[in-house]
Amino acid sequence: MKKIKHMHYQINDKGYYGEFGGAYIPEMLHANIEELRKQYFRIIEQEDFQEEYNDLLSNYVGRPTPLSYARRLSAKYRSNIYLKREDLTHTGAHKINNTVGQILIAKRMGKTRVIAETGAGQHGVAAATVCALMGIKCVVYMGEVDIKRQSQNVTRMKMLGAEVRIVKSGSKTLKDATNEAIRDWINNPIDTYYIIGSVVGPHPYPEMVANFQSVISDEIQKQLKRMEGREFPDKVIACVGGGSNAAGAFYYFLDNKEVELIAVEGEGLGISSGKTAATIRTGEEGVFQGSKTLLMQDQDGQIVEPYSISAGLDYPGVGPLHAHLFKSGRGTYLVATDKEALAAAFELTKLEGIIPALESAHALAALKKIVLLPDDIVVVNLSGRGDKDMEIYSKNGKYE
Amino acid sequence: MSRLKTLFKHKNSNILNIYITAGFPALNETILIVQELEKAGVDIVEIGMPFSDPLADGPTIQASSQKAIENGITLSKIFEQVTEIRKTVQIPLILMGYFNQVLKFGVPQFFSKAREVGIDGLIIPDLPIDVYNNEYASLVDEIDLDLIFLITPQTSNKRIKMIDKLSNGFLYLVSSHSTTGSQQNLQTSQIEYFKRVKTLDLANSSLIGFGISNHDTFTVACKYANGAIIGSAFINAVANSTDLPATIHQFVLSITR
Repeated sequence: MKKIKHMHYQINDKGYYGEFGGAYIPEMLHANIEELRKQYFRIIEQEDFQEEYNDLLSNYVGRPTPLSYARRLSAKYRSNIYLKREDLTHTGAHKINNTVGQILIAKRMGKTRVIAETGAGQHGVAAATVCALMGIKCVVYMGEVDIKRQSQNVTRMKMLGAEVRIVKSGSKTLKDATNEAIRDWINNPIDTYYIIGSVVGPHPYPEMVANFQSVISDEIQKQLKRMEGREFPDKVIACVGGGSNAAGAFYYFLDNKEVELIAVEGEGLGISSGKTAATIRTGEEGVFQGSKTLLMQDQDGQIVEPYSISAGLDYPGVGPLHAHLFKSGRGTYLVATDKEALAAAFELTKLEGIIPALESAHALAALKKIVLLPDDIVVVNLSGRGDKDMEIYSKNGKYE
Repeated sequence: MSRLKTLFKHKNSNILNIYITAGFPALNETILIVQELEKAGVDIVEIGMPFSDPLADGPTIQASSQKAIENGITLSKIFEQVTEIRKTVQIPLILMGYFNQVLKFGVPQFFSKAREVGIDGLIIPDLPIDVYNNEYASLVDEIDLDLIFLITPQTSNKRIKMIDKLSNGFLYLVSSHSTTGSQQNLQTSQIEYFKRVKTLDLANSSLIGFGISNHDTFTVACKYANGAIIGSAFINAVANSTDLPATIHQFVLSITR
């Protein structure tokens, strides 16, 4: 496997992608973030780190994940659709690519306690997993609402030895879990490492998480070369909550203008319903949880509580990279409603025998919303598997 | 000369700064609370602008912020309240809030409006000092508003000096590794940090905040700094009060006695 490559897609040394990003943190976190920034850029250059990271990706996570040609789905949409199978990683979602990287950073920084936030529970599980692997104490913050709708993942985290702390503030979902994790870090700055699960937060987190997820597009390049004789697709589609799987799936194609980058947000019950998580579509510039980005907010600058059927997309902000890709026109940002995502999940299951995570189902829903040419090569990033969502699927069988 | 500078010129010890969340416990009680705090002899009042996601705050101030938002508090309402307060109140008033609301309002507009209604200083904990210095410091100089920044036990001496240079009004010494409202006695390591800061011979006065909740902690803080800031303990005191003036006078007396 190749070394981690720096792709500074228009990011500057202060962590800005265009006008978005930076490190808007209280002074209480300044020393932590400075230490992390310095150590991160030093550690990822080290050969022993790269060896250990790549070894874990191959022999623990199970990479490379397949790039599956979706024959029946392609026939239906009269195009060539590939699925990047992040659902087949250990723990069942792309989140583990990042936690494997960050736990090695934490270990090399001498940290003895790890904290994480989680929405759907996939990042929480991925964090708890690598902490078990390394023998490091793990505390996961999770909103009360999410604990109810993703209970299987709560059980998994507990079995993995993590302490799951219920967050009851605000909307009791991902944003509030993130607030609590940040507060924990303020209270425990010396021994604790904060593993953020998405391309959000203060610099260097967005860049670091994108880097660790970039293995997705690195593999897509190699696999397409073998299967199609070319290194890049015409379109890459991925869902966006904070945006880490999309960042990873887009990463090596960012500078290749021939590749259309399509991101799909959780529209919830509809853009104008007030029950949505479509940050890019409805948000405005603001500062939230450490970075300047697009945000769902009201006229007074209060954060609007998001809604999506998918706990992993239920977030009022978006990574600064995505705000920049949208603003610069490099990325196309679409939305899919709860119903459209459910329909897409049932469709994939029926046609390909793959039950996707609800998050990933939003990416699949975009197939109905874009023009697909018969010669197009389209990669949909199947960011996770649907086991955690079986309760919701069983209640919504009517969308079949 | 600003009210803060005038205050520190005439008084450099035992300064008591009380924090109250605007719009809490009831929407318009802020006015009465600030008036009573002045009458009780408090030196500075810090008015919190309730934000939906207050990262640096512990459970008490979070809950008061949420309640205040439910009560209908907005930035324009806060400016109205401060205008009303300024009809009688003379002590320095500070606004404390998170950067997103300031950004949404428009940074220059916010600074001007705050000054116009009689605010003397601002604390915006998630506005990093380098961003402030590069983008907004010149605005503040023009309108004579004091920007107050935080330092913590982890802030290096070099950085403290830099922050001192860019601050006006006073330095806010965060007492420990914590969000607001932690209830501990002050530890030896914290005292060492207060002493370290004291030896730096800084241009600004300093007030210690976070974890100052009673007479004892206030007294210790005043030994090493010019005074202290009390927030969560005061919020708890007024939260269930049936007689605000009495509660406020009792509370202040219990601290300064």
